[in-house]
Amino acid sequence: MSAEKTIAAVSTPHASGGIGIVRISGERSLAVADKIFRTTSGKIPSRSKGYRAYHGRVWDNEEVVDEAVCLVFRAPKSYTGEDVAEISCHGGLYVTQRVLRAALNAGAEPAEAGEFTKRAFLNGRIGLEQAEAVMSLIAAQSDTAAKAALNALDGALSGKIRGTASSLIAACAQLAAWVDYPDEDIEEIRPENLKEVFARAKAELTSLLDGFEAGRAATEGVNTVIVGRPNVGKSTLMNLLSGYERSIVTECAGTTRDVVEETVRLGGIVLRLADTAGIRETDNPVESIGVGLAKKKLELAGLILAVFDGSDPLTDDDRRLLESCRGKTVVGVVNKSDLPRSIDLDYIKNMTSRTVEISASEGEGLETLVECVEHLLGTDRFDPGAAMLANERQRQCCERASRRLDEALEAIDTGLTLDAVNVCADAAIDALLELTGEKAGEAVVNEVFSRFCVGK
Amino acid sequence: MEYFAKHLDIAVVGAGHAGVEAGLAAARLGCDVAVFTVNLDSVANMACNPSVGGTSKGHLVREIDALGGEMGKAADANCLQIRMLNRGKGPAVHSLRAQIDRRGYSLHMKHVLERQEGLALIQARIMEISPLADGNWRLKTNLEAVYTARCVILATGTFLAGRIYVGDVSYESGPDGMFPANELAVSLKKLGLPLRRFKTGTPARVNARSVDLTRLEPQYGEEGIVSFSFKNNVPIKNITPCYITYTNAGTKKIILDNLSRSPLYGGKIDGVGPRYCPSIEDKIVRFAEKERHQVFIEPCGADTEELYLQGLSSSLPEDVQIALLRTIPGLERCQIMRTAYAIEYDCVDPLALRPSLEFLDYEGLYGAGQFNGSSGYEEAAAQGLVAGINAARKIKGLEPVLFDRASSYIGTLIDDLVTKGCSDPYRMMTSRSEYRLVLRQDNADRRLTETGYQIGLISRERYKRFLEKLEKIDAERARIQKQTLPPTPELNEMLVSRETAPLVSGIKIEELLKRPRVDYAALEPFDKTRPPVEPEIFEQVEIDVKYEGYIKRQLAQIEEMRRLEARLLPEDIDYAAITGIRLEAREKLAKVRPVSVGQASRISGVSPADISVLLMFLERRRREI
Repeated sequence: MSAEKTIAAVSTPHASGGIGIVRISGERSLAVADKIFRTTSGKIPSRSKGYRAYHGRVWDNEEVVDEAVCLVFRAPKSYTGEDVAEISCHGGLYVTQRVLRAALNAGAEPAEAGEFTKRAFLNGRIGLEQAEAVMSLIAAQSDTAAKAALNALDGALSGKIRGTASSLIAACAQLAAWVDYPDEDIEEIRPENLKEVFARAKAELTSLLDGFEAGRAATEGVNTVIVGRPNVGKSTLMNLLSGYERSIVTECAGTTRDVVEETVRLGGIVLRLADTAGIRETDNPVESIGVGLAKKKLELAGLILAVFDGSDPLTDDDRRLLESCRGKTVVGVVNKSDLPRSIDLDYIKNMTSRTVEISASEGEGLETLVECVEHLLGTDRFDPGAAMLANERQRQCCERASRRLDEALEAIDTGLTLDAVNVCADAAIDALLELTGEKAGEAVVNEVFSRFCVGK
Repeated sequence: MEYFAKHLDIAVVGAGHAGVEAGLAAARLGCDVAVFTVNLDSVANMACNPSVGGTSKGHLVREIDALGGEMGKAADANCLQIRMLNRGKGPAVHSLRAQIDRRGYSLHMKHVLERQEGLALIQARIMEISPLADGNWRLKTNLEAVYTARCVILATGTFLAGRIYVGDVSYESGPDGMFPANELAVSLKKLGLPLRRFKTGTPARVNARSVDLTRLEPQYGEEGIVSFSFKNNVPIKNITPCYITYTNAGTKKIILDNLSRSPLYGGKIDGVGPRYCPSIEDKIVRFAEKERHQVFIEPCGADTEELYLQGLSSSLPEDVQIALLRTIPGLERCQIMRTAYAIEYDCVDPLALRPSLEFLDYEGLYGAGQFNGSSGYEEAAAQGLVAGINAARKIKGLEPVLFDRASSYIGTLIDDLVTKGCSDPYRMMTSRSEYRLVLRQDNADRRLTETGYQIGLISRERYKRFLEKLEKIDAERARIQKQTLPPTPELNEMLVSRETAPLVSGIKIEELLKRPRVDYAALEPFDKTRPPVEPEIFEQVEIDVKYEGYIKRQLAQIEEMRRLEARLLPEDIDYAAITGIRLEAREKLAKVRPVSVGQASRISGVSPADISVLLMFLERRRREI
């Protein structure tokens, strides 16, 4: 079973404590380790017999990223059955991301969801009996990865990437139309014009890549959304969680999200709490925008805390909320336990993963809630590395696109014909569109037909 | 009363561009073939543009020829004018295009079929097709003849349940006033084929006597360029020019004033039309800012006054057509011989086909041409050739020949159709191929003639000549790698004039050729040991040298792609049971039933994670056995 690419990803368990592990697996994993890790003893990872740990430093581009430990495993005695290098660094999540990036820069590629496990199975490290479970795992992790990718795509950054892609597609569409319909009177493409477009796109990508560097905080924690109809006590709960004993509240600096979130570390788990509007049916246009945003956040959430007022019977809005949470990881938080209970608890229990009763105002039931959340998040469904990987993947795509544009510009400069230039430009578009799963060819063809009046 | 006519190996339904290639290929491979047509006087009819080739289409024709198909030869023999399009834009997009004598082409093809051993060309309308218990197919004609056949190739073009629209008038008909195939459409529906309705259109033909060509810009063919067929390699004569004119504000006004009388805008046509072949009314509506639209006036033949008005496809009423034509320079007094019309027709969803063009669910049944949702003669012929080859191989108990995306535009066409499907009539374009630098029209023989020979459609003599050509290319490449040119003042003068650095010491010819602005022609005076071989040898070597880096990169991509193509998927996978794959992907996989993991990965809606799960599933199966 061939291992094609060498892959890398973050595989840190939830109990972060500030340690991040980047795992690299594949034919060239140890070569990658050689490039990015310099051991204190001077030993070379790729010459290791395996089952060894080395202390040293991680380097990326002539810079030290962190002091770390590198574990070397040799095929077949590793998790995946291939050569594996695991670098444990302890500078926090931002640094872990830098280590991941170093690995990617040194030739590893971002792992697909569940790819390590898949390789483990394909190399016989996981038995047949677990195959079913593994396949479900991949599905679940790809779900999480997809959400992480969507989250990463959200906001100004993805808008910029799409903008660059669009201008390239437009140029290539013009080129394609000019080539595929030479007898129609399509404006001729002059190499100078193409150069302009490519140079501009390259500049856009360069500034994007710089932006990745400049203090973009790694997103950590599970996307948690607190939802419920107005006045059930969401804000109180939010404050309570933030003020929890030994919790740390940080505002994510430099985030591309439109909403400021609070990252709350509760003992062993980290939640990224998003403030949402009360979800209910409304005609008010301003409110409905807020409700729309809340619903969108619901879709992308890894954990939902659905709050209900225990002293009121279930309303239609409550029921609708529960319905929209179906199939997701949701804790039913029945608030106001200090008041006599009127709500139908069983109904809520049926519709949620767990249910707890609390009194946010009194600060009661919080331990149970935290335990609940810890339990739910302790499963393998949650991949903390997914967000980081999504970010790195985005970055890699921009890097690749930028390099292809360099080639396209060079081709124009050396006087190569436009067909060769076009192929480089297509490759740049492919790299950018990878994030949304489209292919350059189709995007360009669609653009041709919508922009140009071309016949048979 | 029915009577039993004959048992055939292969029955081809339709003698259009797909049908003729299918019939010829199958017969030449030793099968007993019958090709049925509703009208013997319209074999290989060009119902629309009387031309062959064009961008990416020219590629298809050369590939068909490289494999031993007929289209290239027929085009060469009936050429009125030929040009190489996209000169200067790079060899990957150079495309041959020829104006063709429409009647001549049809007669030529008819004669080739008539004279083909093992092929019976029969005028008959097929009314019914049904499967028999023994695995054969049963066909019945309008004259009560019953044929049985092991394989059937459906190449019905635009005839199935055809309906013509001209303004308020509409009637059942095939193209060009021929009988529609209504009963057959019913029969195929009953069979359960997933049919849908597409539309296409054609412009008017006018009498040349009534057109003032003197005021129009002529477009001539090119002298001394290659023919379509690799076999011929004889320069083609250019006989007649084309002419260019434009619509104007007057044309626009007439169309807009009468838009409600258009069957499309008036809501009468259901069929989905192509995005790229819009009628003149589509163009006026969708691109309202454009002042004028180009019109190409093309001759239909050397012995006819009919002129084809490319760019003026329409389904507006006849009186409106006359009026709008008269606004166009040169056409003020034109006399219409054939009115423009739109035609709606049934065709099949190509997702129901395998890459061999056999139906997934109907063994021995194949689809080719516009019946599969494509448009264009060349696209049709390419599919016909592949269907014919594979039906013949089925008869002989051989595995089908599959063309992947990297082998040819033919492969790209088929993969696009059977893996991604099409929601409107599919036209090939160079932008659809990821491997354009490798899939050029100049190297179609180097890519495909070996395969053509292995299949059996390329004769031994032709193959021998092909091998000789390859040897000459290798020899020339070796020569320029060894041969050094000294830095003479004349050579340096030439180099400087081409904006490239002069030499201080001797240099290998190959190094010089790598420079984009230096070519064989420029080096001629300095290249004393140049062998007297054909120009195409130098052309191949030059392209190989100049684009080496880019070609290498594409070859690496192709290797990557082929690895996944080689992971075959068994026939009997129950995708619904693989719960690790997302529901949407499972449905798509079950519908398309890809033959390989590679093909699976190209289905829209199937993600990399789904592919991972699929690979795992395969592995598990392997272990369980």
